[in-house]
Amino acid sequence: MSSPDTLSAGMRSLRYVDALREAVAQEMRRDPDVFCFGLDVDDHRAIQGSTQGLLDEFGPDRCFTTPLSEDAMTGVAIGAAMAGMRPIHVHIRMDFLMLCMNQLVNMAAKAHYMYGGSVKVPMVVRSMIGKSWGQGAQHSQGLHAMFMHVPGLKVVAPSNAYDAKGCMIAAIRDDNPVIFMEHRLLYPIEAPVPEEPFMVPFGRARHMRRGDDITIVGISNMAVECLRAASLLEEVGLSVDLIDPVSLVPLDMETIVASVARTRRLLVVDNAWVSAGAGAEIAAQVAEQLGGGGPLAIRRMGFAPTTCPTTPALEAHFYPNPLTIAKAAHALAGGAGGWEPDPERARLAYQQAFKGPF
Amino acid sequence: MDSPALKSPETLVRLYRSLYLVRRVEERVAEIYPTDRIKSPVHLSIGQEAIAVGICDLLRADDIVSGTYRGHATYLAKGGDPKAMLAEMFGKVGGCARGKGGSMHLVGLEQGILGCSAVVGTNVPVAAGYALALKRRGRGQVAAVFYGDGASEEGCVYETLNFAALHKLPILFICENNFFAIHEPLHRRWAADQLTERVATFGMPARRITSGDIFEIRDAASGLIDAMRDGGGPAFLECHTYRWREHVGPAEDYAAGYRARTDMEEWERRDQVARLAAMLPEAERRQIEAEIEAEVEAAVAYAEASPFPAAEELHAHVFA
Ligand SMILES: Cc1ncc(C[n+]2csc(CCOP(=O)(O)OP(=O)(O)O)c2C)c(N)n1
Ligand SMILES: [Mg+2]
Repeated sequence: MSSPDTLSAGMRSLRYVDALREAVAQEMRRDPDVFCFGLDVDDHRAIQGSTQGLLDEFGPDRCFTTPLSEDAMTGVAIGAAMAGMRPIHVHIRMDFLMLCMNQLVNMAAKAHYMYGGSVKVPMVVRSMIGKSWGQGAQHSQGLHAMFMHVPGLKVVAPSNAYDAKGCMIAAIRDDNPVIFMEHRLLYPIEAPVPEEPFMVPFGRARHMRRGDDITIVGISNMAVECLRAASLLEEVGLSVDLIDPVSLVPLDMETIVASVARTRRLLVVDNAWVSAGAGAEIAAQVAEQLGGGGPLAIRRMGFAPTTCPTTPALEAHFYPNPLTIAKAAHALAGGAGGWEPDPERARLAYQQAFKGPF
Repeated sequence: MDSPALKSPETLVRLYRSLYLVRRVEERVAEIYPTDRIKSPVHLSIGQEAIAVGICDLLRADDIVSGTYRGHATYLAKGGDPKAMLAEMFGKVGGCARGKGGSMHLVGLEQGILGCSAVVGTNVPVAAGYALALKRRGRGQVAAVFYGDGASEEGCVYETLNFAALHKLPILFICENNFFAIHEPLHRRWAADQLTERVATFGMPARRITSGDIFEIRDAASGLIDAMRDGGGPAFLECHTYRWREHVGPAEDYAAGYRARTDMEEWERRDQVARLAAMLPEAERRQIEAEIEAEVEAAVAYAEASPFPAAEELHAHVFA
């Protein structure tokens, strides 16, 4: 198995969206029990292209839309999974998973345990997080922390095309329900991705950048925003150890703790609210493991503690961005107050398209 | 079928005003959209106006409506302020939700417009809860809840129909059946095209109107609403209609191939805006149109002039 750290030059580049599509198509070819269903997976838009071609290649028995009945359809996925199939249930927004919560939490997560190991629920729940252009209150939420809370659910949030493909294949082959979280703004971003099928194992974090001054953990597309922030921090000579957890359940605390043991500074940037979130879990575990060993500076960033507003005037203050992340990291590292990254650099950082490998 | 009273000159003028206002506001929105001043996903109801307008014409000022992300017609037909609507879509503080909700979350409690919701089906039980309160207050008020054929598939909608019938709630359910949920046609979602018959089995009057005729819609709703005010309980109307533009956005989308433009043209021939325009004396029609054009332009100007909310607004309204 390859890893993105050891990729050879000249490997073809793939967009995140195409990596998802390729992973599912390859698995559907390999295993006739894999099928893909959910609202609008078979229309011409094909979930922003991520299910493009599946209907043509595999037919309407293995790629089909459903009525608007997410609660029941989640139960259907669970039942089919118990019967030995491997459903991929697709939702164009993570917000709609709230309709699936009962089945996911009370059935999917628990069946294997409460039936004494006699049944398995190998299913993937794909959902995309939206941002901007008025997505607002009901089309923008990152709700992974809710799922992280419940034993029995795996939760993954790949931030680049390589991990998107590798995690998708791993999720499909996993014998447990996997909540697969995507971010709309990641879809067009390219990275080198092997053509052959491969798995990115869950529970292994990815170092996106190595450094000594501060550990930054970026979740989902915040990993990309943190990469931009790290390039701004070069200006003041701060080197960032940037970690993308890739999977949130299981969570690779070993890598994060080892990094913070060196830097003694941790900033977690989540694509979600801070309160009782993934960042709280990571920070708590770091404090539990390293708290006694000298000074430790910890900070969490995420959505403002409000509903997401639609107007760009307020939305601009709702999300962490490369500037606010860089400034928070600078302050955490003891930098003098009032530092503003060079505006031209900041402008470039925003536009920076990352091609990896990370 | 049309009783003469339903086509009295006053009724005709009222209906035309409302239809023309909805049509023109949405056409203006579609014109403005490519300039990126409306940074909000717009779900236009162009072609579907007659349902909201026909029903809302029967409602009292203190009655309630509840709509969806495709809620511009519902909002305007119930007396929503075009200025507040446009400003909301421009993300301005003068908007009906202070710029926090956008096109999909129009609201106007003063005019009896419950907030529109963008998670399909969510508005239906909420409207029933409002109807429960209206019933307890005993002032003869009713609620009218609008939703799509896609929404009719959600479990909570069926659960609400059952509850509303059981408790004889004063609520009119209106399913705007435009035959599509985004790009998915009915035959990929329903085994039997008998929504109205299904709903009737919950124990409420249920009627299907296939013509798109605003007078037929209004006529059907009229008796049902009157009975409801006297404690008769809920009722259901399935109104066939057609969305002329794309699911979300300002343009047509017939090139995508999931539906035929000729289907739309059949509905265009029954366009209620054009039909009622032709029923009015020329001078009167021109007068109405001129007044509404001015109202629409004033709304656009208001939206342009209204400031964006100040940064502190982000933290306002999290808790009451
Ligand atoms: C619970 C939920 N599932 C899916 C969606 C995505 N979605 C938005 S509109 C729509 C179609 C709704 O169709 P219909 O109820 O017929 O209303 P129309 O848009 O035709 O007016 C879908 C699937 C959503 N917003 N909420
Ligand atoms: Mg519809």
